[in-house]
Amino acid sequence: MSTLTYEEQKALVFRGLFLLGFITIVEVVIALFAKGHLIHGVKFSEGFGHYLYMLLMIAFSLFKAYFIIFKFMHMEHEVKGLALTVLLPTTLLIWAIIAFFQEGNSWGERRNQIKEKNEEIIKPTPVGKPQGFYYIPGREAARLG
Amino acid sequence: MAETSVAHAHETHDHDHDNDGLWEGAREPFKASYGKLMMWYFLLSDAFTFAGFLIAYGALRFSMPTWPEADFVFASFPFVNAHWPLIFVTVMTFVLIFSSVTMVRAVQEGHRENKNGVVFWMFLTILGGAAFLGCQAYEWTTLIAKENMTVSVNPFGRHVADGIYLNTDGTEAKNTDGSTKTFVKGDAYLLHKHGVVRNGQTVQEFDVPKLKYTTGVYAGQVRDAEFGPKAFGALFFFITGFHGFHVFSGVLFLSIIAINAAGGLYAARRNGYEMVEKIGLYWHFVDLVWVFVFLVFYLL
Repeated sequence: MSTLTYEEQKALVFRGLFLLGFITIVEVVIALFAKGHLIHGVKFSEGFGHYLYMLLMIAFSLFKAYFIIFKFMHMEHEVKGLALTVLLPTTLLIWAIIAFFQEGNSWGERRNQIKEKNEEIIKPTPVGKPQGFYYIPGREAARLG
Repeated sequence: MAETSVAHAHETHDHDHDNDGLWEGAREPFKASYGKLMMWYFLLSDAFTFAGFLIAYGALRFSMPTWPEADFVFASFPFVNAHWPLIFVTVMTFVLIFSSVTMVRAVQEGHRENKNGVVFWMFLTILGGAAFLGCQAYEWTTLIAKENMTVSVNPFGRHVADGIYLNTDGTEAKNTDGSTKTFVKGDAYLLHKHGVVRNGQTVQEFDVPKLKYTTGVYAGQVRDAEFGPKAFGALFFFITGFHGFHVFSGVLFLSIIAINAAGGLYAARRNGYEMVEKIGLYWHFVDLVWVFVFLVFYLL
């Protein structure tokens, strides 16, 4: 695996330190700026700006992960088969992320629906309307079934 | 018969040390030693465990109408009584990056069979790991003892609509400058504990302020301020705790291997300090997981 000279290896270490540290600082500065801590009144924590922010943070993190795996853990010097058996299974996580986030969203919708129904004020059936009918405000009385 | 099996066992043992046993087959699978390949597969399985935890965090977060704001929750700094969002956790990240870099140097010195270099850089790595654990201890202590967060109680909330704070007698609360104390949708808050006399004894209880909403579904109503999503505390303590446990066991193994290296055990094996390389893989993985814990808990 040591195709690099000793000097080149040492240079790689300091490049790694600089790169990872620099990206972390950039991430934190962007995070503080996006949440309005750097310039008073300026923030993009909603709508399109928020999506852009999240995308940027995920991209930076994935790059850091790539750098750690391929440079520090020497994955680039390993046999292709080894790299594939370790890296390919992680693509299953793409499915897991989509499936579970959608599921979480659905839990939220259910929870909201239950809360709304619990707090709904039900109007009593007006006097004079026939019994055995469901009264829906704004509509004609309809017999059930 | 017995003689040959003993001889065979002895041979296998030697091969483990020489690292030219080729796994008893004709060739080494993936041109990697058994131990190194299995370390990779262990790390893969561990990655799935962490991914499961972090995806659970995401799913629960998606299911809640509000979620605590990271730059409000994680804003304390040792010896500084100020609101410094995300600064301390950045320091923690740097500590881990530094210890990862010193680990790379230890592995490199190992390949050159330089015993003193290995021990020196591993010592710095252990120091980094211990420093990280110390930082985490501070972070946890602040959250538990000062801010009263537990696995089942989360006092960090965010307002779902605009409104006004009320005093206990129903009048509008005022700021120190005399203006009305208002809040807007998305503002983060922390419920504090205060002393209450119950049966002649003073106990610490949460002070839950009354809120009068002016917008949203509760417009015009007066309601108690709510606690934040309950799952937040459990997720935070379990996920950062599980990562901290990895750091802790990493520090233990690094110490054992550094002592062995100093004693000349790996020099005698003449395999380029492969044991240092294997613990190095684990240590970089701990840093790798932190990249994602940092992303999920503190940045998003």
